[in-house]
Amino acid sequence: MSESRERQSTDGGRARAVFTGIGVVAPNGKGTEDWWAATLAGKSGIDTVRSFDARSYPSQLAGEIKGFDPGKRLSARIVVETSRMSHFALAATRMALDDATVDLSQIPEYELGVITANASGGAEFGQRELQKLWRGGPKDVSPYMSIAWFYAATTGQISIGHGMRGPCGVMVSEQAGGLDALGQARRVVRDGTRLVVTGGSDSSLSPAGFVSQLPTANLTTVNDPARAYLPFDTDASGFVPGEGGAILVLENADTARERGVDRPYGELAGYAATFDPRPGSGRPPTLTRCARAALADARMRPEDIDVVFADGHGTAEKDRQESRTLAELFGPRAVPVTVPKTTTGRLYAGAGALDTAGALLALRDQVVPPTIHVKNPVAAYELDLVIDQPRETVLRTAMVIARGHGGFNAVAIVRLAD
Amino acid sequence: MSAFTLDELKTMLQEAAGVDESVDLNGAVLDTPFSGLGYDSLAMLELATRIQNQLGVPIPDDHIEFMTTPRAVLEYIDSHLPMGA
Repeated sequence: MSESRERQSTDGGRARAVFTGIGVVAPNGKGTEDWWAATLAGKSGIDTVRSFDARSYPSQLAGEIKGFDPGKRLSARIVVETSRMSHFALAATRMALDDATVDLSQIPEYELGVITANASGGAEFGQRELQKLWRGGPKDVSPYMSIAWFYAATTGQISIGHGMRGPCGVMVSEQAGGLDALGQARRVVRDGTRLVVTGGSDSSLSPAGFVSQLPTANLTTVNDPARAYLPFDTDASGFVPGEGGAILVLENADTARERGVDRPYGELAGYAATFDPRPGSGRPPTLTRCARAALADARMRPEDIDVVFADGHGTAEKDRQESRTLAELFGPRAVPVTVPKTTTGRLYAGAGALDTAGALLALRDQVVPPTIHVKNPVAAYELDLVIDQPRETVLRTAMVIARGHGGFNAVAIVRLAD
Repeated sequence: MSAFTLDELKTMLQEAAGVDESVDLNGAVLDTPFSGLGYDSLAMLELATRIQNQLGVPIPDDHIEFMTTPRAVLEYIDSHLPMGA
């Protein structure tokens, strides 16, 4: 190995981790390129809930994935064993592995890992089986209830289905989980794993899953799809929930190159996570510290960041916190900021992974996808929000922010690989 | 109703646990172990539940482990099907 190559492939002696495959199942596109085209075009997947009658609920909008037939994409055995959140992730895994053009049989099974994120469990499966329990008693309940509902179900099924027996785990940190999974995936790559299937998905849009989101009072009660989810806007009123997510293939940069990957999407250059102090403690939230730690981890300065994919909570307090972090770090209106999840709603554990997919494609195509529906950004936030139209610009690095209910913060930094 | 047939069992399996993409249930499967057909212990539990619910054939939980092939299941059902069913 030449000296220059050694310098390229390690980061202070640690293996570099690069993204080599992307799979997306989102409310505005099933399949990576369909979703990306819709995102650039500002095409929204947010609509009145269709899968059940939500007219009696205060919030009636969601980013639902319509026309997704798991039987067409997955083995019938797997379909009966898993919930909708896993169906999305399993289908996205196939896409991501195809995209990475990897033959897993050529890699030792203990050097293949699976780290996904999930925040809501198998809400759809669980509700169905509880209804059977209520109607017919215990004998009517599927034995797969024992495995389908829990957070780790997706990771387990990917591991079994693809013979990936290395480090496996699930990150449960609400909406921050999609980035926490990537951070953990990079950690196991540094520890010797060659390839990790990572990312996240959620689906909690069954009646019970939907109702369980209402008590947070974070869901908007505006039921006009064009005026509902408006992060950083003077009319911000909360967010719209969505379902789906993204699966990414993260690999050791050296072994990826050895198997013939010339142009990975980019490198996971930085990652950090923090947890906010409890409400009422008087201590400030920790998002700024989290972003600074991610920059330090990437050995970058704020001016090295070319675009920010913001969390964009859509409530005034969280929007103010996030914009303050961005203004402190970068200065007023110094970096383009976007919230493409305005086209999907907030996907919980799927969000950080989907935003990272968007960041990687933004680097590929040198274009920032737009934030839609926002008409009146709060001037005091001093953000250069990319609104309505995609913005072509030179991009080498992107920061992705994800914040989870209960105090979770995660920040990831991706950059074009050398 | 005459004895429960292999075809009926296949249909029940399909409803209970689906069919693995790599498996052809239409082949000669009568003596193929369920594990070789892609069915795990949970799939067998689901199958046993359906047999009990739909055919009225009681299956003690500790007997499920002996139902290793479609033939074993059919024989068990045959010998336990309620008279006149």
